[in-house]
Amino acid sequence: MRKRGLETVYRLAKEHPNVVYIGSDVGKGTLAQFQEEMPERFFVEGIAEAYVIGMAAGLAMSGKMPFVNTIATFLTRRCYDQIAVDVCLGNYDVRLYANGGGLVYAPLGPTHQSIDDIALMRALPNMTVFCPCDADEMERGIRASYDHKGPVYIRVARGGDPIVSKAEAGFAFGKALVFKQPGDLLLISTGITCQISLKVIEALAERGISAGLCHLPTVKPLDRDTLEPLLRQSRFVATVEEHSVIGGLGGAVAQLIAEGARHPAGKFKSIGIPDVFPQGYGRQENLLARYGLDVDSVTQTVTAWMEQT
Amino acid sequence: MTKELEGLARKARIYALTMIYHAGSGHPGGALSAMDLLCHLYFREMDYDPADPGRPDRDRFILSKGHACAGQYAVGCLAGCLPLAELGGFRKLGRKLQGHPHVGATPFVETSTGSLGQGFSVAVGTALGLRHRKIEARTYAMIGDGEIQEGEIWEGAMFAAHHRLHRLCVVLDYNKLQSDDLNRNIMGVEPVANKFRAFGWRVEEIDGHQFDAIEGAFGGFNRETGRPTLILAHTTKGKGVHYMEDRPHWHGSVKMTEDNLRQALTDLNCNPETIGKCRDGTIWEESLD
Repeated sequence: MRKRGLETVYRLAKEHPNVVYIGSDVGKGTLAQFQEEMPERFFVEGIAEAYVIGMAAGLAMSGKMPFVNTIATFLTRRCYDQIAVDVCLGNYDVRLYANGGGLVYAPLGPTHQSIDDIALMRALPNMTVFCPCDADEMERGIRASYDHKGPVYIRVARGGDPIVSKAEAGFAFGKALVFKQPGDLLLISTGITCQISLKVIEALAERGISAGLCHLPTVKPLDRDTLEPLLRQSRFVATVEEHSVIGGLGGAVAQLIAEGARHPAGKFKSIGIPDVFPQGYGRQENLLARYGLDVDSVTQTVTAWMEQT
Repeated sequence: MTKELEGLARKARIYALTMIYHAGSGHPGGALSAMDLLCHLYFREMDYDPADPGRPDRDRFILSKGHACAGQYAVGCLAGCLPLAELGGFRKLGRKLQGHPHVGATPFVETSTGSLGQGFSVAVGTALGLRHRKIEARTYAMIGDGEIQEGEIWEGAMFAAHHRLHRLCVVLDYNKLQSDDLNRNIMGVEPVANKFRAFGWRVEEIDGHQFDAIEGAFGGFNRETGRPTLILAHTTKGKGVHYMEDRPHWHGSVKMTEDNLRQALTDLNCNPETIGKCRDGTIWEESLD
């Protein structure tokens, strides 16, 4: 996914002379071809994120479309003020290419684990929050971003995720994709929890539970038109996200439900990383399992919850 | 020539102080220290059209030390960028002139500032973007001395020199005082000139209240072909008002009493009639002679 996203940025740059790449010390060899062919539009900025955001805003004000590529935590936490004031306030066309959304950088510890980025970014006016589930969806989203007015946060997963998105389903910022209509249960995913949820649905089917899936490539804008009827018809609704349970997908959906989009006897559960800095390093899959986000854990959690209720 | 600028700067100081008095809050100290430099920028240096603030080839100015905006608004008004009556709306709900420069609200404000360090980076990106688009316009920014304690300044400084942004001119309003105290008592910033030189910048060190010196420094910038320029302008915080000069209290945000206003305007050689107009707000009805 990461590679496909950057390749798409490269192709966009070949097509559109205003596309600029800014990498913040993210390793040699990233987009070598871009650098070779369009050196005047390729910048590597050292280990210094904050001013890069202001500078990207300046470039955008001057008619450029900068793609800023760095690690998600440094982009969102360190540069929050710059993103809010320099980019969002003026609604500039800056694209934030955030590597390691969620627990991708599990081995590097809490400094690199981006578990609060969706909450931070969706709180900002004008920001679009894009969390693709696979490389194809990433490519569609990056392409769509070229024609989109305003800033876009692009949450980049580790890569190598199975392709589940379908070209015929189309793509638009703010458009949810219903992979399967709900029965007793509706799962709602964003990013790679789409693939996890699809497997959970298979596992639940074996237990006689009929679950549907609504996948949100963009947590913001939230597709209320698609979500609200689904929320009204499903007795059980669970969000699944590789993110803190505070302020992310679960928070966004809970707000819709609290505002009235609910089944008369509806129950809601937010499945995500609890309110902790993940402990233990390890690999992404280790931490996903530790915090109940692998297929088995989600299946167990949902089954137990539905039985108790 | 200098006399004309001195007259404009005096008027701008009167306007800024009156704005802050009527708003009930504001930052007079840094607005007064920057005023002569702002006047030179708007009346002698920059190429722009007040009637067409979005002209693509205009010179850009970013007040990175956004809290000094009363100075920019007053000078902008004198330069024809704003109707005089707007100054009376300073810091008022829904009006054009907010407590920090706000893009969209004020026609000649290029970007919102107020979070220190950030306007500098935006200026760097603006200069780079203009160069990419082969637009000959110059980019100016004004920063404060406390502001250079922000790491972001030095990140942007490194970038600007590395990319030889010679059409970028940053003016440091070096009044030596930040909100609470002298820089040197909080976090020393010296040697400023040598730091910027070491970062690859051309540095012009001047008295920021001497118009001849200011003109000379900008002349140096305009002749430069390979490096960004820092104009290190030694200034006096609260310049022109004796009880404010070099006193951190008047950094802001402060409320000025009627007595404060009268004393300040007396220092600026205002007669009782003008002081009265400033006090009751009728000053915004017709231009000051």
